[in-house]
Amino acid sequence: MAGTAVRGRLTWQVATVTAVRPETASVRTIEFDIPHWAGHEAGQHVDIRLTADDGYVAERSYSIASAPGEPLELTVERLDDGEVSPYLTEELRAGDEIEIRGPIGGYFVWDGHDARPPLLLVAGGSGVVPFRSMLRHRARIGSTVPVRLLYSARSLPDVIYRTELDMPGGGAEVVYTLTRHQPPGWAGHSGRVDADLLTEVAWPGDHRALAYVCGPTAFVEIVAGELVSLGYPPDRVKTERYGGVAAP
Amino acid sequence: MTERLYGPDDSALDGNAIGGLLHQVFGTEMTTAEATCGHCGKTALVAEAVVYLSALGAVMRCRTCTSVLAVVVRKQEMNCVDMSGLAALQTG
Repeated sequence: MAGTAVRGRLTWQVATVTAVRPETASVRTIEFDIPHWAGHEAGQHVDIRLTADDGYVAERSYSIASAPGEPLELTVERLDDGEVSPYLTEELRAGDEIEIRGPIGGYFVWDGHDARPPLLLVAGGSGVVPFRSMLRHRARIGSTVPVRLLYSARSLPDVIYRTELDMPGGGAEVVYTLTRHQPPGWAGHSGRVDADLLTEVAWPGDHRALAYVCGPTAFVEIVAGELVSLGYPPDRVKTERYGGVAAP
Repeated sequence: MTERLYGPDDSALDGNAIGGLLHQVFGTEMTTAEATCGHCGKTALVAEAVVYLSALGAVMRCRTCTSVLAVVVRKQEMNCVDMSGLAALQTG
């Protein structure tokens, strides 16, 4: 991966919250100011460290939601039994300071330099966050790479970035599938991402598309497996797993 | 404690989740490094390994044969790394 990693030790930095915006009932986007931020690539993440008064430390990883060149934004979903996300989504206010380490990762990134392969992005729930960074990056650099985002959410109110994704720029295609509740008259897809839906939405395996799959672990295992069954070479299917959070 | 003989469960993450930890330990981006399993010989990117996280640290397993590749145990600000399950670890 050319030019991604900044050589040298990663260090914890103090970031200041500059804005908090609601995305859905349980999801917030938090914008940060970091004095010595080295810049990031689309798809990278950061680690956040919280230290309690008694010295207990909790660390979590969150994907970067903003495009390279934009202020650092993280989009965080509140997990009811979480140690960190309830604080980030409910307590954090503009002006607060928090420890961040990053940017991290050179595998689940899209730099836009290769203009050839179509880009298939498959998101489960908050797995859409790194794809928002990629879509924004694609628009900012004027890339004409064909891109399709297949986004599985529980219901329409659970769709993160809906206003932005409903009007994707630069010919990007966004396809939703709603797994639990569909509004009256819903003409889009329903149910989980499966072989039939992927056959309909994904480019055929011989198109040499580059696929990125992000979401809960069970979601990623199923989707990545189906893409390989459709003829995608395993090394053209990049995966990032968020663990055992509720399936979208 | 018996060894796990089955594949990754829903709590399993992947090597992306320890990108920050490994970067801190090795001083460079490691998720694109190639890790060769000392048990089955399969080579895969660190990002593709199965990873379990706990408050104590991280366990990285081979996605092909589930053998333990590496264990990172955290103590205060120190990371103790056991990589005896790896036959090779090569950065790009």
